[in-house]
Amino acid sequence: MDIKVENLSKLYGSQKAVDDISFVVKTGEILGFLGPNGAGKTTTMKAITTFLKPDSGKIFIGNINAIDSPQEVKKKIGYLPENNPLYSDMAVIDYLRFVAALNGVAKQKIDERVLEMVNVCGLKGEKHKKIEELSKGYQQRVGLAQALIHDPEILVLDEPTTGLDPNQIIEIRELIKRIGRSKTVILSSHILAEVEATCDRIMIINKGKIVANGTAAELRKHSQGNDLIIAEIEGNVSRDQFYTALAELPHVEMVDFLSDSGNKFEIQSTNMSATKHDIFDLCVKNKWYLVQLTPIETKLEDIFRELTLN
Amino acid sequence: MDKAWIIARRELASFFDSLMAYILLILFLGFSGLFTWILGSDVFFINQASLQAFFSVAYWSLFFFIPALTMRLLAEENKSGTIELLLTRPISDWQVINGKFMGTLLLIIIALAFTIPYYITVANIGNIDHGSVISGYLGLILMSAAYISIGLFASSISNNQIVGFLLSLSIGILFHIIFGVLAGSFNGWLSHVFNYLSLSNHFESMARGVIDTRDIIYFLSIIFIGLISTEAVLKRKRM
Repeated sequence: MDIKVENLSKLYGSQKAVDDISFVVKTGEILGFLGPNGAGKTTTMKAITTFLKPDSGKIFIGNINAIDSPQEVKKKIGYLPENNPLYSDMAVIDYLRFVAALNGVAKQKIDERVLEMVNVCGLKGEKHKKIEELSKGYQQRVGLAQALIHDPEILVLDEPTTGLDPNQIIEIRELIKRIGRSKTVILSSHILAEVEATCDRIMIINKGKIVANGTAAELRKHSQGNDLIIAEIEGNVSRDQFYTALAELPHVEMVDFLSDSGNKFEIQSTNMSATKHDIFDLCVKNKWYLVQLTPIETKLEDIFRELTLN
Repeated sequence: MDKAWIIARRELASFFDSLMAYILLILFLGFSGLFTWILGSDVFFINQASLQAFFSVAYWSLFFFIPALTMRLLAEENKSGTIELLLTRPISDWQVINGKFMGTLLLIIIALAFTIPYYITVANIGNIDHGSVISGYLGLILMSAAYISIGLFASSISNNQIVGFLLSLSIGILFHIIFGVLAGSFNGWLSHVFNYLSLSNHFESMARGVIDTRDIIYFLSIIFIGLISTEAVLKRKRM
């Protein structure tokens, strides 16, 4: 089931939280929604889940118009809101039963679904505890379990891994990936590594507008700036001589020492593959030893900064 | 209706989980028991087999207890953000409000059910007017329902429970006392209007055993207006 957003706008007072954005998420795709705080990620997600009414624009879930028939659409969506709100005074299992019933899971299937979710989300040992007694990581799992309980075709996850430790983050990511194969997933985050690791496609939003949309590789290709190479050379000459030799190569824009001593350099080049060969040839010619030659991909962080800092 | 019932059950369970229900039951039964049997113009003092004493105590104690029950109903959900979870499930705003209303009313009905032994005891001592007891209980239930719907509305406005409590108590005081007082200090049609608005008038006639459709319509209108306004507030918050 696809999600189609057309010309969505949402105003808070006179400020445009979301400014005329359009995008499509296809079935089986995990879309990573990136952006600085206050960029409009959460507002967009709230509009998709029908919680907020947009000022203009259309949202289609499959073929159903989310604004005209919210009750139909809500059945298809599993939603983990920002900050993972939960009824903290309820026991995990009671809470999941409650959400299952609200989602219209058939009475005789509720226990089966709850048990399945408890297993999938690793809540077996905690199911009888009150939610407020759980650690943040487990609470997050409860939040995910409630979003998945009715086996929705669409999952909207607003910052699903905030407050988790690295092991938990990896577990939740794996879980999302596994589930995401058969569903349509939108997840927001401001952790870039997470989006890159989990998502098929990345959409960067800034000040309510989409500024980039594509796979991580595509985003890298489009970004400006030079390629970076790290080279470490050993030989019987001083580091300054290495420096000058490297700086004189064609395509090389800038050379930097990476440390105070040692012969490690950071080289900015306008043509990655030519420079790699040049450095190798240079070393062969002078009988130096090339100890390391590492091309550095443009980091997603840099693309993100470039697109969202004006 | 089915979905609203799910909400109602959760609310009722949460009253019992948070001890709120037990505190209400103990205080309510303590007060009403004390004033019905032991203190003031109790059953033995007025020397009549009637539950008038109980009805007037219940009338006042419920007036104070209900805002304490309703204050968290929506304020807490607004504050913690769980309202977002609730309203993005396949359930309408109206069902959510209705469920919360029914859950609270159910707790009041449970509290009232515990006072049925009073009725049985009094009926055994003397000749009790069964009709007036039934209409009195009906009056208490309708009055509670009216205050619950006012309380829900008050709770929906802010995410602060204390604001919810004070606001519902202030609106309640209008119906409980002030309209009655105003009715006495005006003449003509204005007096009639305030007289009709005063909740105590309607309740007292029911406690005496008179079931008039005008009274029933009065209570039902307050309930309906309260719930509709709550729905409007919820809608507005999502604009």
